[in-house]
Amino acid sequence: MKRDNEASGIVKNVACILAIPITVFGLYVILHGHLTPGGGFVGGAVMATLIALFLVSFRKDMIKGGMKKSFSLSETLGLLAFISLAFLGISATFFHNFLANTDLFFGTIVPFGSNPGYLGTGGTAPLMNIAIGLEVFSGLSLIVLLMAYYKPGGEGND
Amino acid sequence: MISLPFIAVIILVSMALFAIIFKRNLIKIVMAVHIMGSGVNLFLISLGYTEGGIAPIFTNAPGMQMVLPTPQALVLTSIVINIAVVALMLSFAIAIYARYGTFDTTKVRLKG
Amino acid sequence: MLLAAVLFVHPLGKPPRTEMDDYFILNGQAQTGCNNIVTSVVFDYRGMDTFGEATILFAAVAGIFMVLGEKNEKGQ
Repeated sequence: MKRDNEASGIVKNVACILAIPITVFGLYVILHGHLTPGGGFVGGAVMATLIALFLVSFRKDMIKGGMKKSFSLSETLGLLAFISLAFLGISATFFHNFLANTDLFFGTIVPFGSNPGYLGTGGTAPLMNIAIGLEVFSGLSLIVLLMAYYKPGGEGND
Repeated sequence: MISLPFIAVIILVSMALFAIIFKRNLIKIVMAVHIMGSGVNLFLISLGYTEGGIAPIFTNAPGMQMVLPTPQALVLTSIVINIAVVALMLSFAIAIYARYGTFDTTKVRLKG
Repeated sequence: MLLAAVLFVHPLGKPPRTEMDDYFILNGQAQTGCNNIVTSVVFDYRGMDTFGEATILFAAVAGIFMVLGEKNEKGQ
């Protein structure tokens, strides 16, 4: 029995099928931010379209409205990770890239000129990309969820 | 004569300015603010173009001159700030509709 | 006025080269190790702007929380 604000069966099935390629593509754009165009902001926006797709194609009481607390927690964690990565290089300047050209976590040396991209380079730039991607994804999903579950409660004092 | 991206910027910004001043519906005003922000971003990117240039990325790059990378970095920041401003304006529009029941800006006046 | 602002700008395709952009293109790959020069400008050479932008996004979401949040009424 189909209600008024519910999409048909085709849209629901395709939305469930499309969830995996959208997530994989968003993670690819975030993680390869230092080799191809893209980065943290674009990848976070791509992954936030998944929440909007699920809100449009299903009814409102089929999705848990209590996701706001977990998204708010992940957004603050993303911003704190970005700030702590900025403060770790405080010995030279504020945003010093302390992992580049060393032999630590992300720092192999890149040959000069055009080359096929190597994933283990770049220093603190891929780590910052991951933190910003988490924050943008949580922030945009929180905006869409807050606008969808709004109840104008109470009367104005007129 | 003036090149093509600059003509597009003039059309976008003037149409958005006309809509902000002369329209009465609140949703149209918010959409016009967003269009004006996009026009300004287009103007900033098209300022840094060298003739026959490629994107400033070294992965599998043919050896030619590169376009300037600095305006592209600033436009990335500007796009995200536009999103934040338009989202806040839309939430105010939702609260106004729940309180007054209309989107017309001549009928929404502070009572007091 | 908009026509005057666009007519006085330089014609498309010949921008004035500054020393800053030449330094970014020549030394960006050796110093930071990123193949993408725009990423190295956004996150390493001008990281302060990205820091301010992340703060603006966070503050906007906090403002929307305040306007569209849930109000729990306390009865008498």
